[in-house]
Amino acid sequence: MTAGFPQDLPQPAGVLSLYHQSRARRIALLTGLAIALVCAIVWASCSGTVAISPEDTLVVCITALRDAAYAVVPPLTALVPVTLPDPANPQAALIVLGFRFPRILLAVFTGISLAVAGTVMQGLLRNPLVSPFTLGLSSAASFGAAVAIVIGPALLGTFAIGMGDDAFIILMAFLSGWLSMLLVYSIARSRGTSQSMLILAGVVIGYIFQAGVLAMKYFSTSERLRDLVVWLMGGMWGASWGSVMIIAPITLACACILELKAWDLNALASGDDVAKSLGIDTERLRLYGLMTATFAASCCLAFTGIIGFIGLMSPHICRMLIGNDHRYLIPCSALLGALILLVSDTVARTILSPVELPVGIIMYLVGGAFFLFLILRGRGKGLY
Amino acid sequence: MELELEGVTASYGGITALSDISFTVTSGQVVTLLGPNGSGKSTLIKTIAGILRPTRGRLVVDGTDIQRIDPIDLATRIGYVPQQYTFTLYATVFETVLLGRRPFIKWSVSEEELSRVESALEAVGMTGSAGKFMDQLSGGERQKVFIARALAQDPALYLFDEPTSALDIRYQLGVMETLRDLAIRRGAAVVIAVHDLNLAYRYADAVIMLDKGRLVANGLPENVLTPDRIEKVYGVNIEVVRSGNGQFLMPVRQSR
Repeated sequence: MTAGFPQDLPQPAGVLSLYHQSRARRIALLTGLAIALVCAIVWASCSGTVAISPEDTLVVCITALRDAAYAVVPPLTALVPVTLPDPANPQAALIVLGFRFPRILLAVFTGISLAVAGTVMQGLLRNPLVSPFTLGLSSAASFGAAVAIVIGPALLGTFAIGMGDDAFIILMAFLSGWLSMLLVYSIARSRGTSQSMLILAGVVIGYIFQAGVLAMKYFSTSERLRDLVVWLMGGMWGASWGSVMIIAPITLACACILELKAWDLNALASGDDVAKSLGIDTERLRLYGLMTATFAASCCLAFTGIIGFIGLMSPHICRMLIGNDHRYLIPCSALLGALILLVSDTVARTILSPVELPVGIIMYLVGGAFFLFLILRGRGKGLY
Repeated sequence: MELELEGVTASYGGITALSDISFTVTSGQVVTLLGPNGSGKSTLIKTIAGILRPTRGRLVVDGTDIQRIDPIDLATRIGYVPQQYTFTLYATVFETVLLGRRPFIKWSVSEEELSRVESALEAVGMTGSAGKFMDQLSGGERQKVFIARALAQDPALYLFDEPTSALDIRYQLGVMETLRDLAIRRGAAVVIAVHDLNLAYRYADAVIMLDKGRLVANGLPENVLTPDRIEKVYGVNIEVVRSGNGQFLMPVRQSR
């Protein structure tokens, strides 16, 4: 085609090499973030009121893995005998595996879950201010959890004998989170599913659930109130292997499902009409995407309480770092969300040790400063 | 490629925007849609693109009702460039054009996809801007990127909704030449909604004139764009002026 177009400036590197370079940079950034996260996990498992040496942590971890392998495949005990030294600190196994690891993993998976949910919600609604908070999800999950915490024991006694407290909280938080999103979606749909109507409906539904949370606080007994206030403040206090076992598979499954929608999310950035003309069922994508993100986020929020910032900021920071291609953006946001939350939580529990600060104090400061730095640094400095 | 509309009626926002439209477009043909604002050009284009469902009538692509064709399959056959376009802050030109390959891409991007993107960028003269962000471009450059996206899609039927509205005269002609080339060299069917009567006159094989959602004329440009019909549809007096380079339509200034 030799149309009447004058060509613009000649490109020093060809278009193809431009793409390959940017892909290499993106993969390098993801690898770097993954390495940083592993380092942070090691650091977090060593730090605390009782300092545990990295060697001890390593010994404890390998011992645990060995024992798990022996337990799963008993013949290995005889076939591959592995003898390991005892850790220098006799309490190391209990501290690292019993207390720190559940907490670390809870922070990591919550970070992943909220960051991915935020990224996908922003992509689906093409709005940079959307997050699990603005869509009313956090308030709704709070309300569900509050009901479970405050009047759960009474309800459990009559209706759900045998169901654990954790399971009931997650069920309530999930149900109310999911219901709120369905409600928001149907309200918006009745008015033609414009994105701004969805967001407005989310904000309003959020306030209505907030009223419920306030009522629960006001009418609860002091012991239940304490649980509720701690929950609402947000933090990794409730970490246990039980909670990790619930959150980890849900988070990973939802993140994978959403990652598989990466191309559709990319296309949606060009508008609904263009996405439809590219063969994408935008209504379905929006409904399923929102529901999956909601599911993951509300499960985590049930255990950690209100954790803000990550769902909103991690996607933004990552867009600046890695661009808007959701194939890379979703994993980047997941890794960064996990990193921010883990580092903040570790600093929060060690900085004034043995006193713990709420994780929000550290996270909003550190994350906010980093975000400001990126804004001031400007765009297009060759990161992608 | 043959597209047939049979008595298509469609509504937009609860209002009937198209009623009983029938025509046929075939490969190698450039058809322009003309009509005043609100005459249903965009609705018609969206209905053909499968974005809106007709409330009555049917659209047939190569003998199959459009409703029976899988959306992804349809997307490999019909490309659409909207009048108003959306992009996010961090989308680059290259990524935007690459989206045209979405119906063909499973996950990773093959060399073939990349070279198609490159030639689409070349066709609109934007290779040098491939790494730029969409919001760093002028309105006209963005329009060219969206045209390139459709070129990368390489469908048998192209739908353009006012592709020249943000362009200066040079690029208007450039775009129209490019779209005409699609029909001549690639054998594509091209449907273009335009406002400029002269562009329609000059580049179309057939002109379809819409007024208040109805098809009022369909045929060769010189048969459709008559001073009488233009006065009836637009309420404007037009004079057909003949020059050495052909003929063009000139609005006659109303005397006061």
